[in-house]
Amino acid sequence: MISKKEVLHIANLARIKLSQKEVREFQRELSSILDYVKKLKKIDISKKEPFFYPLILKNITREDKIKETLLKTRKKIISLFPKRERNYLKVKAIL
Amino acid sequence: MKLENFTISSLKEKIKKKEISVKEVVKNYFDQIEKEDEKIGAFLTLTKELAFSTAERLDRNFEKLKNLPLFGIPFSIKDNILLENEKCTAGSKILENFIAPYDATVVKRLKEKGGVILGKTNLDEFAMGSSGENSAFFPTKNPHDLKRVAGGSSSGSAASVAANFCVFSLGSDTAGSIRLPASFCGVVGLKPTYGTVSRYGLIAMASSLDQIGPLTKTVKDAKLVFEIISGRDPLDSTTIKEYYYKKKEFKKPLKKIKIGLPKEYFKGKLNKTIEKLIEKEIKILEKEKIKITEVSIPHSTDEALAVYHIVMSSEVSANLARYDGIKYGKSIIFEKELEKLTEVYFETRGKYLGKEVKRRVMLGTFALSSGYYEAYYLRAKKVQRIIKEEFEKAFKKVDLLLTPTFPDLPFKLGEKTRDPLSMYLSDIFMVGVNLAGLCALSLPCGKVGNLPVGIQLIGNPFSENLIFKVGEFLEKNNE
Repeated sequence: MISKKEVLHIANLARIKLSQKEVREFQRELSSILDYVKKLKKIDISKKEPFFYPLILKNITREDKIKETLLKTRKKIISLFPKRERNYLKVKAIL
Repeated sequence: MKLENFTISSLKEKIKKKEISVKEVVKNYFDQIEKEDEKIGAFLTLTKELAFSTAERLDRNFEKLKNLPLFGIPFSIKDNILLENEKCTAGSKILENFIAPYDATVVKRLKEKGGVILGKTNLDEFAMGSSGENSAFFPTKNPHDLKRVAGGSSSGSAASVAANFCVFSLGSDTAGSIRLPASFCGVVGLKPTYGTVSRYGLIAMASSLDQIGPLTKTVKDAKLVFEIISGRDPLDSTTIKEYYYKKKEFKKPLKKIKIGLPKEYFKGKLNKTIEKLIEKEIKILEKEKIKITEVSIPHSTDEALAVYHIVMSSEVSANLARYDGIKYGKSIIFEKELEKLTEVYFETRGKYLGKEVKRRVMLGTFALSSGYYEAYYLRAKKVQRIIKEEFEKAFKKVDLLLTPTFPDLPFKLGEKTRDPLSMYLSDIFMVGVNLAGLCALSLPCGKVGNLPVGIQLIGNPFSENLIFKVGEFLEKNNE
């Protein structure tokens, strides 16, 4: 069973604030899911390369030029900022 | 006007013959939605202004535009696909106030071909779920039995087509999210090969597994929509050029197509009534002298589900990091005085993300964390390689696989919500497809009482044409 300390550590990494009740529930639920995935331990994976990607594409690039059509999108994106000053996104001080 | 018999081609014909205007079509569908959607819950947003202005423009330019492949055809879009200037919630409270700043590429393509958008459909929050019950707003009910789920996560998409609220819908599929609701609601659902349909404008869940696809009344309609939305998109570098689909082996005539029945999807795992319906379909194929063989894909069900939950949650933990109350969406800054920037993240996410979403973000964070990465994520990736190889081995013997979409009948609301794992098991026959980068179609093969049952056809990457061929044949014989 995953410990309360571990659940809090994960929640911290995931930047999610959990209530006491949620911590207890996730302890139970995550443990049950991790139990289910234990079945993968029995499989022989020696000499197997990880399957990272279904396609054979490599290094798809484009020229580093601004596309005019995307400029109108910029206005809309700025209008979605929760807090802003002119065209700048305003956030709490980091330091 | 009887809406239930309309497919893309039959409705288009009526419009082209001027028997009905596009405006009247749209009005009829909105009337139907107004009458029935209260009890089904398929839509989150109706786009009446957009629909009527599109209809008016199409009617006005009838002579010039009447030959567009989707001229006047009303459709709905799953609310995790962006439609410019309209709300896009992903079924979540955290995006309750989010207005899409651009169109998804698939939306742009369907608009260009004359399609009329009626609204955004309900879904499990961030596409996480198999029933529709994880929507932060309300669950979508199955139009065939309002006490049962519509299936998820494209619940509203499937229900809107089944309830005749539109002619087709766009959904998304990461481990069966198009195929399961299609099966439960008695419609056709296609999960295209990864790389054939642009994900630009799709709110990402698991980027190596997600694909957008059509939910339609017929296989022919699914093919038509797929042809319009697929194709390389410079805005999505994971899309592939069309010439991959044109391989010779995907042009086989029906009688030469070999079909495999993977034994792991049958022996003792099915509800008896479903087994009977699947056997009926197999007999239809055998009568046509199509070769049917038993194959084995040993790790493609239970182990695939385990791999999926590690791989998918890991990708989810990265993809959902952006929902932090900073750039868009709901933010705690309007509700609380906070000291630090990090508090904005913790509190916004804690308050506005749903339970299932948090569960998966946490699982993924764990699987990728220091000390666990090799035992979980890397191991899962290696087993995924094994699953891919097992499918490849089976496809050396056969061209397509035939399986049930789901081992049982559509379940009741609340039946699987207490235990997350019991809900996850719903994807058991579908998840292998996404992990191996294959394509698959679910089509209705009959009913048990009034509950629809779906059959699944699985093909090699880019073999959609073979799936359509066999699908249309089965569909014709099921009438």
